[in-house]
Amino acid sequence: MSTASIQVGNKADVHYLLRLADACLILSQRLGEWCGHAPILEEDLALSNMALDLVGQARGLLTRAGQLDGQGHDEDQLAFLRDERQYFNPVLMELPNSASGNQQPGDFAFTQLRNFAVATWLQLLWHELQSSSDAEVAAIAAKAVKEARYQQQHAADWVVRLGDGTDESAAKMRAALAVLWPYFNELFADDAISAAAAAQGLGPQWSSLQPQWQAQMNEILAEAGLAHPKPSAYVPSGILGIHSEHMGHLLAEMQYLQRAYPGGKW
Amino acid sequence: MSEAPKTQPSSQNEWPLWEVFVRSKAGLDHKHCGSLHAPDAKMAVQMAREVYTRRQEGTSIWVVLSSQIVASDPGEKGMYFDPMEDKVYRHPTFYELPESVNHM
Repeated sequence: MSTASIQVGNKADVHYLLRLADACLILSQRLGEWCGHAPILEEDLALSNMALDLVGQARGLLTRAGQLDGQGHDEDQLAFLRDERQYFNPVLMELPNSASGNQQPGDFAFTQLRNFAVATWLQLLWHELQSSSDAEVAAIAAKAVKEARYQQQHAADWVVRLGDGTDESAAKMRAALAVLWPYFNELFADDAISAAAAAQGLGPQWSSLQPQWQAQMNEILAEAGLAHPKPSAYVPSGILGIHSEHMGHLLAEMQYLQRAYPGGKW
Repeated sequence: MSEAPKTQPSSQNEWPLWEVFVRSKAGLDHKHCGSLHAPDAKMAVQMAREVYTRRQEGTSIWVVLSSQIVASDPGEKGMYFDPMEDKVYRHPTFYELPESVNHM
């Protein structure tokens, strides 16, 4: 593991796109862990399909970010040769698939609740990005918004089923909600980078998505009979490259082969 | 009618079986493409979409509980179908269709 890591420049548009690209890529990696382990065959396929959608979205955005960065980094180099401090996904995406953090392959309630929250967020974000000043990004968004809409509906079904299911499934949903709730804050965090992106018409400030996200979230939580947690002041800082302890392990597994055999073709 | 088979303990918690019919983008009718287990109709449609269509745009899906389907008896196949075989006049095979007419 001695391959030199790469660094991206500090252009605001590159960072803005990488935050979203990394969000898609890292959640895709987490969902990939479910393959062959889901409660039923059909859901196994559904989770894999979602992971594939997300990795497809990440690939388009990573390629575009690499072009804008102008250092000649392609999607593979950006995915496999950046250290965690150069990854800008919200911490929510990198959390293991369970509330306790160590359950393999994961907690289905936790996974579906996160999927629902993220798909709702992505669907709102892709919707706005369809009118991005960057034609490439707008094209990616036009395709992705349909995928996100489907994923949101699919995950919402499970949140309601489990939240309004048995005592045990409802308890698992409540536990998942309690753990995930503070991490949602980062999906609406703004700074100079998002302000610059909004100013040049690249994409919206994330905070502008919050009212609609909250409304859609509330609707499903109410339907699932889940009480709204108290607001949390905690805002994680994954979008600044400061991650949880889970991120390094995730990247070690994801990047191993490319680090061991750099430049290999596959 | 023979006596209904006793329910296997392992199948007591199983979701019911659904048959899935899909109309592909350019197709004209719904074709049976398989079956799956699902707790209810809504979930059956969702799962059929994942398993059988890979979410192609413009695809229509029907699901129906397998228990709702009544099938002809294979033992009576001869009576039902064989008499058609040697009567060519029962089939409209002597018409020549213009090429522009599709899907007849």
